[in-house]
Amino acid sequence: MSKVVVVTSGKGGVGKTTSSAALGAALAQAGQSVVVVDFDVGLRNLDLVMGAERRVVFDLVNVVQGDAKLPQALIRDKRLETLWLLPASQTRDKEALTEDGVEKVMDGLRARFDWIICDSPAGIEKGATLAMRFADQAVVVTNPEVSSVRDSDRIIGLLDSKTRRAEGGEKLEKQLLLTRYDPARAARGEMMKVEDVLEILAIPLLGIVSESADVLTASNLGFPVTLHNPASPAARAYADAARRLMGEEVTVTTPKEKKAGLFGRLFGKRVAA
Amino acid sequence: MSFLNFFNRNRSAPVARERLQVLLAHERAFAGRSDLAERLQKEILAAIAKHIPIEGDKVVVRLERGEQVSTLEIDIEVPEQALAR
Repeated sequence: MSKVVVVTSGKGGVGKTTSSAALGAALAQAGQSVVVVDFDVGLRNLDLVMGAERRVVFDLVNVVQGDAKLPQALIRDKRLETLWLLPASQTRDKEALTEDGVEKVMDGLRARFDWIICDSPAGIEKGATLAMRFADQAVVVTNPEVSSVRDSDRIIGLLDSKTRRAEGGEKLEKQLLLTRYDPARAARGEMMKVEDVLEILAIPLLGIVSESADVLTASNLGFPVTLHNPASPAARAYADAARRLMGEEVTVTTPKEKKAGLFGRLFGKRVAA
Repeated sequence: MSFLNFFNRNRSAPVARERLQVLLAHERAFAGRSDLAERLQKEILAAIAKHIPIEGDKVVVRLERGEQVSTLEIDIEVPEQALAR
C-alpha cells in the first residue's frame, strides 16, 4: 500500500524542500520506490535541490491539464534508481491546479510508487491546501522560532480539518520535524528547546535536524544531503526520520553541543553526540 | 541585577515559549472565527447607531488578549448634539 506524505509548514524558508528531497532520497536508499512531487507552482525549486533542473520537460500542471501523460513528466534520479521527481510548473499561475486534477495524478502515482512525498508551498493558499488534500500522513517542518511554531500550529489545524482523511473522519498522522536546531543556543536559553516546541505543538516527533553546513553544501551541489554526505549528522537525522516513517522504532537522540569545554578538551573527551 | 544578567544574558527562549502558549491557546479557541472581533464591532455599532447617529472615524476598537481574560474595548465619541436630540 502506497503512502502519500505531505511535507508542510505554513512558514517559508524552514526547510520543506530540503527535507522533502532528503526524506525522499533516504526512503529510496532504504529500497523503497519514491516520487517527490513539487507543489510550489510558480516557484519550483525541488528540481534544483535534487540536481534535475536541466532535465525538466513536462510538469505537474501539464499533467493536471492533460497536456502530458504522467510518465512523460516523471524524472528519474540519476543516482538512485527508485527515486523520482515530479516537478512543478514555473510559469503558470496557481489556479492551474484543480482538486480533481490533483486527485487523478495522486491516483496515478499511488499505482506506481510506495511513497509519494508532496513538497508543499509556503502559506495556506490553494497550493498548500492541495498539497495536503490527499495525504495519508503529514510531516510538519518547524524551526525553533516563534513565527514558525505559530504557523505550524495553524497548519496542524488545517490538516485536521481540510484534508480528505479528516473530512472522512479518518486519522491523519502528523509528525514534527524540527530543523535548523542549534543545541548550543538551546543550552544557553537563547533558543527554544525540543521539549518546548513539542509541548506547544503536541504532535509526535519525527526527527531533529541541527543547523548544519552540510545541508547547504548538498543543495549547492544538487544532492539530497543523505546522498551527498551520508555520514553527516544532518543526513543521519534524515535517514533515521525516514526509518521512523517506515514504522521502525528508532529512538530520537537530541543533538548535543559539538564544542567540548575546556575540561573536555584537556581530557580529550568529546561532548558531541 | 547585572550579576544575574551576566549569567542569564539572552535567556529569551522561556519568553518565546510563554508568548506562544498564550497566543496559541487563543488562536485554537478562535479557530475559524478570526473575524470575531470585527463582527462584534459591527453589530455593537449597528445597535448603537439605531439610537444615536455616530461617525465611523469616531470609533476606536482595541483587543487585548490576556492569559485568563481578554478584553474588547470599544470607545465611541458621541457628539453633544446627538444626545441633546
